[in-house]
Amino acid sequence: MGFFTSLWQGFHSAIVRTFVTDDRYLIFAKGLQNTLVITLGALIVGIFIGVAVAVLKVYYYQVGPFKLWPSLGSFLRTGRLRYLNQVLLRLMDGFLNCYLTVFRGTPVVVQLMVWAFVVFSSTNEVLVAIIGFGINSGAYVAEIVRAGIMAVDKGQTEAGRSLGLSAWATMRLIVLPQAFKNVLPALSNEFIALLKETSIVGYIAVTDITKAAALVRARTFDAFIPLFFVASVYLIMVTILTYFQKKLETVLQASDRK
Amino acid sequence: MKNTTVTNDVAIQVTGLKKNFGDNQVLRGIDETIRKGEKVVVIGPSGSGKSTFLRCLNLLERPTEGRIFVHGDEITARGCNVDKLRQKMGMVFQHFNLFPHKTILENITLVPIHTGLMKRKEAEERAYSLLERIGLKEKALTYPNMLSGGQKQRVAIVRALAMSPEVMLFDEPTSALDPEMVGEVLSVMAELAEDGMTMVVVTHEMGFAREVGTRVLFMDEGLILEQDEPKAFFANPKHPRLVDFLSKVL
Ligand SMILES: Nc1ncnc2c1ncn2[C@@H]1O[C@H](COP(=O)(O)OP(=O)(O)OP(=O)(O)O)[C@@H](O)[C@H]1O
Ligand SMILES: [Mg+2]
Repeated sequence: MGFFTSLWQGFHSAIVRTFVTDDRYLIFAKGLQNTLVITLGALIVGIFIGVAVAVLKVYYYQVGPFKLWPSLGSFLRTGRLRYLNQVLLRLMDGFLNCYLTVFRGTPVVVQLMVWAFVVFSSTNEVLVAIIGFGINSGAYVAEIVRAGIMAVDKGQTEAGRSLGLSAWATMRLIVLPQAFKNVLPALSNEFIALLKETSIVGYIAVTDITKAAALVRARTFDAFIPLFFVASVYLIMVTILTYFQKKLETVLQASDRK
Repeated sequence: MKNTTVTNDVAIQVTGLKKNFGDNQVLRGIDETIRKGEKVVVIGPSGSGKSTFLRCLNLLERPTEGRIFVHGDEITARGCNVDKLRQKMGMVFQHFNLFPHKTILENITLVPIHTGLMKRKEAEERAYSLLERIGLKEKALTYPNMLSGGQKQRVAIVRALAMSPEVMLFDEPTSALDPEMVGEVLSVMAELAEDGMTMVVVTHEMGFAREVGTRVLFMDEGLILEQDEPKAFFANPKHPRLVDFLSKVL
């Protein structure tokens, strides 16, 4: 009996030291808030960039991959506007490819530090983190959405266009909703990964929930409680996200019923 | 740009139409005039360019060379408003291409509403009356997935009609259907023909060509080799290619 009592008392006092003493729960609360704000902000930035990049790349692909130098040559010789259009399209595609290569090819923690310490010397690190994670996530979302768009039958675009919808209206009203439905599981994975990846923002001095655990651990010299607490919080958030993903899938599958 | 040489009863005029896909010359010079109210049936072997010809008429394919006039307006002219043109030319595809994420009603009303052709209420009323005509009113709120092939194609026809087009293009509308569903689609098309619609129909249904068509074109290797009104066309084909083709399909 004495053994279990002392075990419980040790556990109880560790909990008190981790959360109650010096109002340490406030550190966790602040950390959780930052984790959520950064994830949500980066998600919005990422979707916006990702969809834009995907649509532009598909557009470029549909218009046809022009050879840059011949059209540049023709443009310089004749000064015709339609060659300028081709040159601009080609340059745009090159730029987008650079974006995808660089941001998927380097660690996000390095990108984050570059944003925080090289590009911006802002004191609003949360905003910097949103931008950093958003731009990084955008590169992944772009490839996911692009695959989703390509998987939509070409006949859908032709039907929309043949009825007199503009290219953009066809994309927005007909292709993107179907593409989105195709890639919902992949997108959810990306968002779950994003949520967990934000745990590195401690590197640029933002106190997210992981950093909060580290701070508290350093004061209480107890690692067990803070780390398991933080792990459970992530697990719960991911579970909630997954729940909504399944719900959304069910709603979107209404049109699949036979 | 108006073409003043075209008289008023011409729906579509095509001159010197050529289309290449890379080195592949698919259309090799087509001249054709389609008058208002005509029901032109296009037949020919696979790969002869029938679909490509049809798709050039509403610029789903950009002609490599040649000019196309629709109701006197040159649609191949630079700066022609393609979206406006297409609102006046309905197209029906072999594989229906209904929007799977929209209900039948939304399939029909989406574009008229979005393009500002009609207000929602008006568009829905029109959709319901069109659906009633093809006997599918009770399906309005279901999704395309729940329809049979024949029902899908009839909805696709009605979806095009909701834009009040002046010309209807059909690309093998019954080729993807089970045989027992071909009739229901052809009879909707025959009704449409009776109403005076200008129609261009690519099909392998020779019965339809005979009974509904006012003119039949035979295409082979990117050219129109022969054309005539259906009776004469089938009774005494002249071009050896056509004779050969008919002997295979009839
Ligand atoms: N988008 C495209 N890119 C490259 N080649 C094409 C394209 N569309 C059609 N073709 C080629 O053009 C030729 C004619 O095709 P088209 O679809 O017009 O024939 P069709 O007469 O409609 O044949 P079918 O009866 O099989 O439908 C074919 O050789 C085809 O491979
Ligand atoms: Mg074809």
